[in-house]
Amino acid sequence: MSGLTLTEVGVSLLGRRVVDDVTLTVPAGRWLTVVGPNGAGKSTLLRAVAGAVPHDGRIAHDDVPLADLRSRQRARTVAVVPQEPTRPEGMAVVDYVLLGRTPYVPYLGIESATDLAVVGDLLDTLELREFAERPVTSLSSGEFQRTVLARALAQEAPLLLLDEPTSALDLGHAQQVLELVDEMRSKRGLTVISALHDLTTAGQYADSLVLLVAGAIVAEGVAKEVLTEELIAAHYGARVRVLDDPDEGLVVIPMRERVREDPP
Amino acid sequence: MTAPSPAPPKTYDATPLRPVRLPWRWLVGTVGVLMAVLLIAMSVGPAGLPPSAIAIEIVKYVPGVHLDGGLNDLESAVLWELRAPRIVLAMLVGAMLAVAGAGYQGVFRNPLADPYLLGVAAGAGLGATLAIVSGTDRTLLPLAAFVGGVVGVAATYALGRGAGGRSTTTLILAGVAVSAFLTAVQTYVNQSNTDSLREVYGWILGRFLTAGWRDVLIVLPYIVVAIVIVMAHRRLLDVLSVGQYEAGSLGVPAARVRLVVVLAATLGTAAAVAVSGLIGFVGIVVPHIVRMLAGASYRIVLPLSAVVGAAFLVSADLVARTIVAPGELPVGVVTAFIGAPFFTLVLRTSRSRM
Repeated sequence: MSGLTLTEVGVSLLGRRVVDDVTLTVPAGRWLTVVGPNGAGKSTLLRAVAGAVPHDGRIAHDDVPLADLRSRQRARTVAVVPQEPTRPEGMAVVDYVLLGRTPYVPYLGIESATDLAVVGDLLDTLELREFAERPVTSLSSGEFQRTVLARALAQEAPLLLLDEPTSALDLGHAQQVLELVDEMRSKRGLTVISALHDLTTAGQYADSLVLLVAGAIVAEGVAKEVLTEELIAAHYGARVRVLDDPDEGLVVIPMRERVREDPP
Repeated sequence: MTAPSPAPPKTYDATPLRPVRLPWRWLVGTVGVLMAVLLIAMSVGPAGLPPSAIAIEIVKYVPGVHLDGGLNDLESAVLWELRAPRIVLAMLVGAMLAVAGAGYQGVFRNPLADPYLLGVAAGAGLGATLAIVSGTDRTLLPLAAFVGGVVGVAATYALGRGAGGRSTTTLILAGVAVSAFLTAVQTYVNQSNTDSLREVYGWILGRFLTAGWRDVLIVLPYIVVAIVIVMAHRRLLDVLSVGQYEAGSLGVPAARVRLVVVLAATLGTAAAVAVSGLIGFVGIVVPHIVRMLAGASYRIVLPLSAVVGAAFLVSADLVARTIVAPGELPVGVVTAFIGAPFFTLVLRTSRSRM
């Protein structure tokens, strides 16, 4: 089937089972978000899809196992926005985004006019043109995150992985980045898989959610099925209230354990 | 979700994108400096040869050009048999050490990586010493040095990783330990073979005094191949600057690129060490100056480092053979005089990133 399928995927790191027996499907053009407490294996699962850690089981895109692809072909299929991207010293935004064209540039060759045109379009779309010659080290977190997204989109891969893309951003910039991703998803028919901390946001942007705990899936489905007060209490150890919002779906609100006593 | 309002038509800035390229002005400028340095180096010495006459002498070699003037036979012999091979060798070795330094810095993503500090030079020194002591043919010296150099850099890298990570300090400390050990072994080998002691020591100190065209021919193929291979990876070294994970997600087989660049840089360094002895700091000083002045991309750093490294070592050799004339300093002493303070400077500025 078209889209991404994971079949009994497991990852062991240093003898520890970090991801265990994960089976899931993301139809082409849909957005799946993985949620779960710290250390649940969200990042590792994404890294396995990206091919950065060895895994067992099968990860296939459009029925082609990703493990069968050569590294360049794989980079044309899967693009990654990492959790803490490196900011190379002295590299300009245009050159950073051009890195995304690496899978299309001959091994020892140099970027073509097409590569430059693709990057130019992306800089315009993501409103980065004015920063083109600024070093990436001088950008704000929000600007840099858009630049990283531009690099990933320059790979023109049908599959986009986002590992906590908003963890360094304030509310406004986080929304801006996620809206951009959604816009690109619908424009280009991208299949998106993200790991997100913020549960309300996760519910708002994803078509479906997976709750990962200790490397295994404990719940999956649409936001209403996964983001329940009971599940969150059981697996996050958190007291929350989940409210229905007629426009945005669900709102997850953390609650204090005890009612604060007023000072005398 | 509310439907997004239609975006207003955007007017795009039409200025063309300017991705990083080798700045031609810098290339022409540094090549000009190199030419000037070469001319000065050829004219200065016990027998003073006027630069103008040397220029005529060189132009004579261009096919179809017939010029009068230039040098007499004796002067011509001094120029072509004594000075020229030495200067050409210094040029090759300088270019090689600078390119190797830049290559190691890219592979290890570490501004202080240098053939001297990574144990490559000490390993190559030990390899070459063993070759000299055992009476191996001199043309095989670069290979013996190469094997030693690979052992040196592999030991440093393994020790650095084993000691916890890849931080600048760990790697340099590992290099210091490996260098000290290999140098100790080398000293032991020397002392047990006193008959070849003079030859080995004269060589270790780094000098071009005895250089002839033969030495140039021995190292030329190694250095050319090594420089070409490292240079060919200049774009990939830029990709590696985002780290192994991200480079991998961009389709670069990072481990393979690193291995190829390290092997090429080590081969070239070992060949250089085999004919010139241990010459430190060129690999740190030169790429750093280039980076500060012209840009950090390896598309800029590698080619310019080759040119500047050549000019730097020819100048250092010029100082080495004139400053205590009629005696001569080992050129490694001159590069250390300039390099060690510079190194401290680099260490200070890069400390924040360790």
